[in-house]
Amino acid sequence: MNSAAIFPARSGLVARAVDWMIRHPAMFTFLMVLPISLWLGIVYIGSLIALLMQSFFSIDEFSGVIVKEFTLGTYAELLRPANFDIILRTILMAALVTLASAVIAFPIAYYAARYAKGKWKALFYIGIMLPLWSSYLVKVYAWKLVLAKEGILTWIFEKLHLSWLLDGILSLPVIGGNSLSVSYLGTFIVFIYIWLPYMIIPVQAALERVPGAMLEAASDLGATPRQSFRMVLFPLALPGIIAGSIFTFSLTLGDYIIPQIIGSGRLFIGQAVYVQQGTAGNIPLAAAFTVVPIVIMGVYLWGARKMGAFDAL
Amino acid sequence: MTEAVSFRGVSRYFGHVRAVDGVDLDICDGEFFAMLGPSGSGKTTCLRLIAGFEQPTSGEIKIYGEEASGVPPYRRNVNTVFQSYALFPHMNVRDNVAFGLRVKGVSKPERHKAAEEALALVELAGFGDRRAGELSGGQRQRVALARALVNRPRVLLLDEPLGALDLKLREQMQHELRQLQRSLGLTFVFVTHDQKEALSMADRVAVFADGRMQQVGTPEEIYSRPASRFVADFVGSSNVIPADFAGAGPAGRWASLRPEDIHLDPRGRDAVVTSRAYHGRVIKLGLSLGCHKLTALLPATASVPETGETIRVSWDAGRAHVMGPEA
Amino acid sequence: MHSEKRAPLALKLAAAGGLVFLLAPIALIFVYAFTTEEKSFRWPPPGLTTKWLGVTLGRADVWEALGLSLKVAAISTSIALVLGTMTAAAVARSRFFGRETISLLVILPIALPGIITGISLRSAFSLLEIPFSTWTIVLGHATFCIVVVYNNAVARFRRTSGALIDAAMDLGADGLQTFRLVILPNIGTALLAGGMLAFALSFDEVIVTTFTAGNQSTLPIWMLEELIRPRQRPVTNVVAMAVVLVTVIPILAAYWLTKEGEHTDGAEK
Repeated sequence: MNSAAIFPARSGLVARAVDWMIRHPAMFTFLMVLPISLWLGIVYIGSLIALLMQSFFSIDEFSGVIVKEFTLGTYAELLRPANFDIILRTILMAALVTLASAVIAFPIAYYAARYAKGKWKALFYIGIMLPLWSSYLVKVYAWKLVLAKEGILTWIFEKLHLSWLLDGILSLPVIGGNSLSVSYLGTFIVFIYIWLPYMIIPVQAALERVPGAMLEAASDLGATPRQSFRMVLFPLALPGIIAGSIFTFSLTLGDYIIPQIIGSGRLFIGQAVYVQQGTAGNIPLAAAFTVVPIVIMGVYLWGARKMGAFDAL
Repeated sequence: MTEAVSFRGVSRYFGHVRAVDGVDLDICDGEFFAMLGPSGSGKTTCLRLIAGFEQPTSGEIKIYGEEASGVPPYRRNVNTVFQSYALFPHMNVRDNVAFGLRVKGVSKPERHKAAEEALALVELAGFGDRRAGELSGGQRQRVALARALVNRPRVLLLDEPLGALDLKLREQMQHELRQLQRSLGLTFVFVTHDQKEALSMADRVAVFADGRMQQVGTPEEIYSRPASRFVADFVGSSNVIPADFAGAGPAGRWASLRPEDIHLDPRGRDAVVTSRAYHGRVIKLGLSLGCHKLTALLPATASVPETGETIRVSWDAGRAHVMGPEA
Repeated sequence: MHSEKRAPLALKLAAAGGLVFLLAPIALIFVYAFTTEEKSFRWPPPGLTTKWLGVTLGRADVWEALGLSLKVAAISTSIALVLGTMTAAAVARSRFFGRETISLLVILPIALPGIITGISLRSAFSLLEIPFSTWTIVLGHATFCIVVVYNNAVARFRRTSGALIDAAMDLGADGLQTFRLVILPNIGTALLAGGMLAFALSFDEVIVTTFTAGNQSTLPIWMLEELIRPRQRPVTNVVAMAVVLVTVIPILAAYWLTKEGEHTDGAEK
């Protein structure tokens, strides 16, 4: 009982440094966030700002040299029909992909959340997780196999004696093409496939939170199944759908690999950025193009937040 | 006697909030000392200052005469029983109890032996292999106590250790803690917001409000001679009335008058009975004397006045305790 | 709770169709890895062979790309573990000026499309005249790996009571002992999960990498080149199958691990 009330300080540089930090918690916090602040705050944000600044420069059309003077001319170039088409095409694609993903995801999420049990539950888990975690490029590659002119889809249509239907679809203007792998329709299908798990997971999570008693209450109060879906289930799943749409919309806006491998050859925003900064060497225009998805997603996130989608993430 | 803990002008500010404001305090060796106050009164911050989790903004703290300001918690021979118990979830009970010896480099067989002894002391012998999650609230509390005591600290700090227990267990633990403190002869510093607990267990009590120490003294002193209106209100069911109304002092000062000192008196003042409740052999009456509200405890005799009835009461002015001028 | 209820037929068909849509393309990869067809994606395969497995094993460029991918993923994950944990500790444990800004900063690299991260890093490298190397790839990958570790660690830190750290120090553990004996065991599984996610993310990353890689090829870059300009389709098929296998095994493992937990709960969910 006669031991000291205060133990002597431990020797050694590290022990003394730790002692000192514990006495100065603010300094400790500062040292903990210093590396990340330097990395993300200076290197990353610095790069982003440098890029955005370049969107206010322009390129000399004859020499290809970047003119470092403030101009809005590069943004004006975005409004040229050739460039503006790219923007519209990308937004339209992102919107359609989002809509279709929601429609396809809902029954899967609904079944997985409310009916699947035991083995089926396992199958649904793997069915959602496997495509989510598989390599992005492998998935794109798999679809190249599926959609190829000599591939399995053509074969299936042939065996079902529905080749006329496939040919009919492919001969449609705009969305059709020589084969599905070189058409907008192909791009659309692959986009849906790749981003579908990002829609299923939040919708399933939202549906799992709906108590079963609530649907029983609805039917008890005289709602037909259709009415209880429309008036109870759908509104409760909506935040999940909006949360999922953030992913499908944003990921489609920024992607440049899928339309490059499976598509008609007409550019999307991501490809335009890639081409402008690479082969064309027009960094200012590439930078201006990147501002478009940033602005669109900013507005989208602001709207989604208002609808309570962040609670469903 | 040496002071186990002494505070001299100790303040701890969090930004503009004065959690502890100019406290002078001496805790004696071997004493069971309670810090009593409502939440946010600064009592827990005082405890954390002794443990070393907080450092004073100004003033000095000594533990057994040694300067403690700036010394981190792990260099203080002081241990804490936390309100949430804070048992390590990834260790079993034995490793929890032996933790303090482990970090001091005590060998495994030795620290396991000490842990078993400490567990026996809190009547949990044989519980060493259990996980903290498998224990009841009362058992966790005992483990937390054993984990602190095994280090043989000079001062043991207890942060509302009984708050999470149900009433029956709580009374039992109050008794056991008191026994343990006596038999070990350790200095216990106990933080609570429950005035009954503080008054019944402690040798001395310090009452806190708004970061200041309002009064320190034996439970008897605190109860019968509260130093301020706040202490009288918080500690007891004393009536706090103007000193001149009590007939005990000058206008502008306050006096406390214990409910049992008010009695029926046909020559006394008119009082309207506003409420009444039986408490065994006594009856508790709410009285209204003009604009003053008082509580009186009367023997539950046959003639108990009804609510709404006017009765006559009086008290001995000498029984009223006049408090110091308001700070 | 809804065990007696039967799903409507239309819902069943839609859900089953969805599962086929999700899984069939991946299954197809396994068939193509064994096809004898070399020049096209012909279905059904004219014949089956295991010849291409051996050919792929002997390809130096595949091994080199795999090696670089593993190296980049390992370094990026290590950096992410250190920085992510430090940041999570500060954000979860204390309130300080700029705390909100830091938590926003950390998610920015995955909230913004990868192409923006890629192009801005590339233009920063060229502005600062930094030559492309393994380290420029690592810089890009670690930037978006940090958030994965951070998210896992911050959630665990929030659930771990601050009183545990106080308790450890109170019992005599100095800062390093507290970290080793109390903090690390409590956040260990969260770091493991975050580290695995970060590794997988880095191993599969292609969009940022195309901007920061220069002449080196990670495995995804190798795949991408094969997709744009196919040189040897059968080898690509085998590599694709190998990559799927590598991702399937941890998913199945994770499923069986979590399933055990469900059984002990005994809850009928």
